[in-house]
Amino acid sequence: MSSTDTLMPYDEALERFEPVLGLETHVELGTASKMFCGCSTTFGAPPNTHVCPVCLALPGSLPVANAKAIESTIRIGLALNCSIAEWCRFARKNYFYPDMPKNYQISQYDEPLCTEGYLDVQVEGKTIRVEIERVHLEEDTGKSTHVGGATGRIQGADYSIVDYNRAGIPLVEIVTKPVEGTDRLAPEVARAYVTELRELLRSLGVSDVRMEEGSLRCDVNVSLMPRGSSEWGTRTETKNVNSLRSVERAVRGEIERQAAILADGGRIIQETRHFHEDTGATTSGRSKEEAQDYRYFPEPDLVPIAPDPAWVAELKAELPELPSVRRARLQAEWGVSDLDMAAMHNAGAIELVEATVAAGAPAADARKWWMGELARRANEGGTALTDLPITPGDVAKVTELVASGALNDKLARQVLEGVLAGEGTPEAVVESRGLRIVNDEGELSAIIDQVLAGNADAADKVRSGKIAAVGALVGGVMKASRGKADAGRARELILEKLGVEG
Amino acid sequence: MSLTHKTAAELGRLVASRETSAVEVAQAHLDRIAEVDSKVSAFLHVDAERALAQARAVDERIARGEKLGPLAGVPIAHKDVFTTEDMPTTAGSKILEGWRPPYDATVTRRLREAGLVILGKTNLDEFAMGSSTENSAYGPSHNPWDLSRVPGGSSGGSSAAVASYQAPLSTGTDTGGSIRQPAAVTGIVGMKPTYGGSSRYGLIAFASSLDTPGPFARNVLDAALLQEAFSGHDEFDSTSIDAPVPPVVEAARQADVAGLRIGVVKEFGGEGYQPGVLARFHETVDLLESLGAKVVEVSCPTFGYALPAYYLIAPSECSSNLARFDAMRYGLRVGDDGTRSAEEVMALTRAAGFGPEVKRRIMLGTYALSSGYYDAYYGQAQKVRTLISRDFEAAFHQVDVLISPTTPTTAFPIGERADDPMAMYLADLCTIPSNLAGNAAISVPCGLADEDGLPVGLQIMAPVLGDDRCYRVGAAVEKAFDDRWGGPLLSKAPAL
Repeated sequence: MSSTDTLMPYDEALERFEPVLGLETHVELGTASKMFCGCSTTFGAPPNTHVCPVCLALPGSLPVANAKAIESTIRIGLALNCSIAEWCRFARKNYFYPDMPKNYQISQYDEPLCTEGYLDVQVEGKTIRVEIERVHLEEDTGKSTHVGGATGRIQGADYSIVDYNRAGIPLVEIVTKPVEGTDRLAPEVARAYVTELRELLRSLGVSDVRMEEGSLRCDVNVSLMPRGSSEWGTRTETKNVNSLRSVERAVRGEIERQAAILADGGRIIQETRHFHEDTGATTSGRSKEEAQDYRYFPEPDLVPIAPDPAWVAELKAELPELPSVRRARLQAEWGVSDLDMAAMHNAGAIELVEATVAAGAPAADARKWWMGELARRANEGGTALTDLPITPGDVAKVTELVASGALNDKLARQVLEGVLAGEGTPEAVVESRGLRIVNDEGELSAIIDQVLAGNADAADKVRSGKIAAVGALVGGVMKASRGKADAGRARELILEKLGVEG
Repeated sequence: MSLTHKTAAELGRLVASRETSAVEVAQAHLDRIAEVDSKVSAFLHVDAERALAQARAVDERIARGEKLGPLAGVPIAHKDVFTTEDMPTTAGSKILEGWRPPYDATVTRRLREAGLVILGKTNLDEFAMGSSTENSAYGPSHNPWDLSRVPGGSSGGSSAAVASYQAPLSTGTDTGGSIRQPAAVTGIVGMKPTYGGSSRYGLIAFASSLDTPGPFARNVLDAALLQEAFSGHDEFDSTSIDAPVPPVVEAARQADVAGLRIGVVKEFGGEGYQPGVLARFHETVDLLESLGAKVVEVSCPTFGYALPAYYLIAPSECSSNLARFDAMRYGLRVGDDGTRSAEEVMALTRAAGFGPEVKRRIMLGTYALSSGYYDAYYGQAQKVRTLISRDFEAAFHQVDVLISPTTPTTAFPIGERADDPMAMYLADLCTIPSNLAGNAAISVPCGLADEDGLPVGLQIMAPVLGDDRCYRVGAAVEKAFDDRWGGPLLSKAPAL
């Protein structure tokens, strides 16, 4: 289906249409136990080993709400500048599906725990305020695996198996209001929002926010309206978007797809679409034209949540420094430009630089190595900066060696290469590769004598006043020392030996 | 007097003092079951071996000098809607035929901890939906007073077991009257405690906001002892009340109404009530006055809307609660031949596994919760529920307890109302308000109707957590009538 979709080139699409975004993010909380029972939430256990009468919905079992999960949800709401309900209830969302044991999900409907907040994100130097509609608490479903068939989807599968370990893990849903006015930056705004949200959740310590393991999942809503119109178009909801890059691609792809349909006089079908990591395309899923009736009603097995305002105020006072505030502080401390800070942020280098500075490196040097040599190598290897096999301590050591004159930048790059290749600590690499700068005056002097003897013409030119010719001689020394000589000192010594004032 | 005809309190005393053994008591009741249950059909499952083993364990603990509770060694019949890890649990439905729960309900666990000997599991209307046990997938139970009549429902197996001396005690659950109505029509005592006073954990849900476990017994004190044994806060049930159990046993022993203010609910009585029921009720009012109570008429104008509100709220909750019976993890599975989708198997299983009344209520509830109808039905019913609670609150400012007939008629013949759901629903007319408001209410025998010679029940309603008042008034009425009749009403029942 996706392969036959016609796309309109992005620039053209943006000339004709204006996108409206919406993001729904599901976060699995990192509580020790599930939302309504005592089962472990640990990821990766053998199937159906973290289950009990409650999360399997055995007849007679009853849910008991996890207080820690409620606390985490309130903290998320507070960090997103939301109002916290003084009284709210869980609700049942009724629909049949084999991976949902009760055939209803305990969720929240018209009484969410947190409402009306915002999250500011930076894109291309601009601050964009993404408004938060609601933050509510619910439970995750089990995980179905469809075996046989070509697509791994239920259609065409021979059979399906269900793992209920995930069933009942606390899930927080964070829903934005429609985001308008992002114009051609819509994909970047979507990505920046999820990035910022992920950092915020991580700083709160409420979730491990691993998109690849599904502990952070994003549904992307996109609609288009013709330029000049103020009436929103029909939206689609793209699910299964499980990386930051995919968030951006999904928005871009959906804009291109919808633009082509609208330009051709077609209409957008309100539906769920599935994102495919490999192609970046989306395919049609469940149509929402005939909206499913979830028959929500207040969950009678649970008592209302009524957080004490004094406790909420306490939670608010105890919130950690939030990522955007921290970035502003670090930027001031490091004295870097907005652009450089944004680049570090996008590269995921801020924590690394901070840790390197903490290990004793000057901020400028730490930034130079992480955003220069190391970023280049990460890029070449297709890995994230954080995944490089080198620690901030290693980088700090290298800057220290350069500062002390033991290494020059060229040698330092070789040391980093050695560390990345698994040859050990920076000191070990210096030792094993013999990379220390030659600063033994006798050895250097001998090398210079040898070079001067072999380059009599150049030496004569320098003697006769053509100082510029010294470069060739220094180059010769560097070559002869295999780069380990201190070029500055070599120059001084050459001029001295030739009787010329530098 | 044979062991089967003794009170639970007496049996507990005999076992504790080792005048008799728990094994002897259990065996006597197992023999009684073997003798009469082919006629009564109170039990869905009897496990003689396990019952005797439990009894033996109690005897051993007593022999070691352990101090056990007042009901240790007393047999009990357990409604088959509570999970039991050593016995099947069906909720009266084909969809759970053969299911063995891996865990005990809190009520089950507390019965065991109190040393009660579980004889077996009793019949009920499927998923506790009904007033006669005729909706059981395993056939109806019979009223020991007249085997051609129903023993009430949904806890009809439990009322029949106690009324036929197969057990001195039984458990029930009351969602709209499912303890009080069967108690009334079999001439025994049945109590619906305050909602949240007894745990629902392991009680297979019908309507979560209404379901309440409670006791059956042949006298008020025994009922109080049983309620005390299984009540109290349970951390596995969020709706369970974290407060001390009201002093029900003390109140049952007090048995005195002098100076109490008793309100007769004006709205209950008149058209649709059997004359014999009203006659016994009015006699009881006179009796209470003669015992020193101050009886006044109290109007609860919204009680007339209780039945329709209930038949929106209970089906709505049940439509959701019963969604889990989908053939995926336990119970019946129909049509799983490798060619059908999960959705088809679910549909075929539910079509085959649920009886007509359960399906009717699932459909009613599904409709009432549907988008566009929610406000008009479920939402409106919840408002009525609030008004009913306010009527109770206002009434309890004026009086200590409210009284009414438990049910408008005596036991009806099996089959008479089976095809007329509305007539069946009317059996719960007087009992439903207390489910909607969550307050305590008991039914105690108050005589036999003249026209059919069948038992009539008096309902005593008390405020939330005022369970002790039900027992106090119930015990006073019982004592006075026992004196007047020369023994319990049940002694007038024909021998089986």
